[in-house]
Amino acid sequence: MTELLSTPPGRRSDRRVSPLIVVGAVLVGFIALAAVVSFFWTPFDLLYLDYQHRSAGPGVNGHWLGTDLRGRDIASRLMVGARTTLYVGIVAVGIAALVGTPIGILAGMVRPGISEFVMRTNDILLAFPALLVAIILAAKYGGSVTTAMVAIGVASVPGFVRVIRAGTMQVMSTDYVRAARVAGRSGPATAVRHVLPNVSGLIIVQASSAYAIAILAEAGLSFLGLGAPASVPSWGRMLAEAQSQLTTAPLTAVWPGSAIALAVLGFNLLGDGLRDRLDPRLLGR
Amino acid sequence: MLWPVVRRALIFLVSTLVASLLVFWVLDNGCEPARVALGTGGTPAGVQALCAQMGLDRSLVVQYLNWLGGAVRGDFGTSYVTRAPIGPGLLDQLTVTLWLVFGSMVVALLIAVPLGMASALRNGRPTGYLLSGLSQVGVAVPAFLAAILLVLVFAVNLGWLPANGYVVPAADPLGFVAHMLLPWVSLGVVQGAVLARFVRSAVLDELGQDYLRTARSKGLTPVRALIRHGLRNAAIPVLTVIGVNLVTVLVGAVIIERIFTIPGIGNGLAYAADRRDLLTVQAIVVTLVLIALLISFVVDVTYSVIDPRLRTRAAS
Amino acid sequence: MAPTPPLPTPPLPTPPLLSVSGLTVTAGVELVHGVDLELAAGERVGIIGASGSGKTLTCLAVAGLLPPELRVGGSIRLDGVPFDLVTAGERQLARLHGSRIGMVFQEPMTALNPTMRIGRQVSEVVRLHTSVGRRDAAASTLELLAATGLPEPERVARSYPHQLSGGQRQRIMLAIALANSPDLLICDEPTTALDVTVQATVLALIDRRVREENAALLFISHNLAVVAEVCDRVLVMFEGRVVESGSVEQVLTSPDHPHTRALLADAELSTT
Repeated sequence: MTELLSTPPGRRSDRRVSPLIVVGAVLVGFIALAAVVSFFWTPFDLLYLDYQHRSAGPGVNGHWLGTDLRGRDIASRLMVGARTTLYVGIVAVGIAALVGTPIGILAGMVRPGISEFVMRTNDILLAFPALLVAIILAAKYGGSVTTAMVAIGVASVPGFVRVIRAGTMQVMSTDYVRAARVAGRSGPATAVRHVLPNVSGLIIVQASSAYAIAILAEAGLSFLGLGAPASVPSWGRMLAEAQSQLTTAPLTAVWPGSAIALAVLGFNLLGDGLRDRLDPRLLGR
Repeated sequence: MLWPVVRRALIFLVSTLVASLLVFWVLDNGCEPARVALGTGGTPAGVQALCAQMGLDRSLVVQYLNWLGGAVRGDFGTSYVTRAPIGPGLLDQLTVTLWLVFGSMVVALLIAVPLGMASALRNGRPTGYLLSGLSQVGVAVPAFLAAILLVLVFAVNLGWLPANGYVVPAADPLGFVAHMLLPWVSLGVVQGAVLARFVRSAVLDELGQDYLRTARSKGLTPVRALIRHGLRNAAIPVLTVIGVNLVTVLVGAVIIERIFTIPGIGNGLAYAADRRDLLTVQAIVVTLVLIALLISFVVDVTYSVIDPRLRTRAAS
Repeated sequence: MAPTPPLPTPPLPTPPLLSVSGLTVTAGVELVHGVDLELAAGERVGIIGASGSGKTLTCLAVAGLLPPELRVGGSIRLDGVPFDLVTAGERQLARLHGSRIGMVFQEPMTALNPTMRIGRQVSEVVRLHTSVGRRDAAASTLELLAATGLPEPERVARSYPHQLSGGQRQRIMLAIALANSPDLLICDEPTTALDVTVQATVLALIDRRVREENAALLFISHNLAVVAEVCDRVLVMFEGRVVESGSVEQVLTSPDHPHTRALLADAELSTT
């Protein structure tokens, strides 16, 4: 009786791929495609300066999206900038997943006292957002793509630990894992055989959300001039450079700004869509 | 009632010490500050001498304790880049930043609560989809992009508000608000979109609760039942998110202050980081982290005030 | 014609208190298929059926408390109310809830607001429908709590729900439901979630309070023994339809429908 009430209508659509995932995948795929193509071909040479057509609007002299302050082709720089964005994101999320997942699984399997200690330490690290860590590292070592990646990666670890620990604790409380433990399966074997496969969905969802945050952080750092150096095209720096000529050529700010927003939107939608498909018990809040 | 608060206060204290030690350790750079202070003219011997004079050759723990002793009295040392004491300016910068963060949080809540409630109540209907789509897009917009767009529209095109600058509130309250409005909205709109999603899911959870049905069986309309019985409970998860996000807003203020040339702590941090002024960076980072941990401490305590179940559980 | 025992339900001279006809509940597919039901003032009717038979949906539809994604069809009339409850607006329904229709739900653990003191939750329903002041409402709250047999009403009024047992909470739900002396009390499996020992006392309390308030009772249960104890008449539901109805004695001793017989057989198995 109550089962009828608690099951909302429309559950049958579960097997279809949700529109969130489709839109997210299209956005992310489009950006990835632009990045890959930029290795072989861009509309204009990156170093080409079109002095006659500086801060030009879209379509002028063959520049799809126009040119910036110094006459560089915006479309070409956006394509190469996608490379920087995706590269920083991959390394940062990779660091976070590789460090955060084992710690999270461990914290979910050990005695409550130790687990509590790990989470307290984790809470301290949560007080350091990506941008702050990046500024610290940039102050010490100077701003670069490497410091940005490491900083964003380190700052994303606590998020992974928290989510994976919660998922692990759910898995550990299931009957089949209890049975396996009683039957004498060791801790590491349980972690690899039972926990890891069950939390792998969580890892993917968390990675997708972390990627969106990494893009925002990288753009912010480049915007401040603490990320990629001036020689490497990046969306955040393009936006910062456009800020100085907001009155005369506002579109030069709109293009990189939209690129950042669409990339973040893409990864967020992908993460949300995947989360909806995931076993709801693992998300137990 | 008292012990859990004391316990949380102790956790806060220990966390602050650990965090500041962490910052100190990461930012420790041997004799580098002496080298920076002497600039290009410094000889190796000169650097060595200054290094010893500054106490940089002593063990990290000794240096940390020295620094901590000063820091608790508000003395963060003297910057070897600007040659000015760090402490006094820090407080002024902090005041400016707290104004910025506080105002933007108000804007965020003014957006998030009605938007989140409306999209939960209209869940599954076209307006509901529209509202959650809107907040999804808002989440993806970085605050600095919002800032640039707002400047473009309201300062450049319409000329209603100043594009940048800062006025002390005591001197010119109206000018202060005029200068802060765009920064507040820039940070607030994005935070509002983030919070709206949490308000929505918290309200959706509430709408499914049995006691909301009970409230309706007593003679309340669905909306009044939600307002009287649901909001207080929905506030609990939203409060946590606000606590966590305040840190992000605080750090996000770095960029906003840069764009609007607001003399806050974020602008100071970016400026110091650019000049490799490690001592100033250290002071500002520790201050920010202290505030972050203080916020989560306050949220923890507020929690137990809102939720009577936690109060008695903690007491027993 | 064998002489049948005199039935406790004589033909109704006055219009029925509650009259439901052709009630349907739809959520994508139709879940309740045209239920007809009449209740005289002060009458006690039970609805029995296995889980999934549509009995809770039916009673929530009558109470007007279904979630918005479920659509209700047919007609529900309450004596003295000029409009049909199926098509009534939220405000119109809210005026009836708690004043003319009271309701007790299955889950006492979640039916009360966890962050509000009991006293306020009871006095709220009093103040919603009468113009009494805060102090008078607090006084009648204590009376209501005392009437449900709760010891130390003052202490209970100051407590939060998590400090009370399931049986105590169900007593409070009953106090809320009967606060304004409604004409109709709807109970949806009110004792199912309780310990066996508590079940009997809560059931006796419902029985006594309904008698004291002179209210009609619509009682949903899957437990035949419980229905037999408090009801005069019983409806049997199966797959969204009423398949059998009659006096409790008649239905329980000589069931017509195979599903009723199956329910009886199950009940016998579980008692032995």
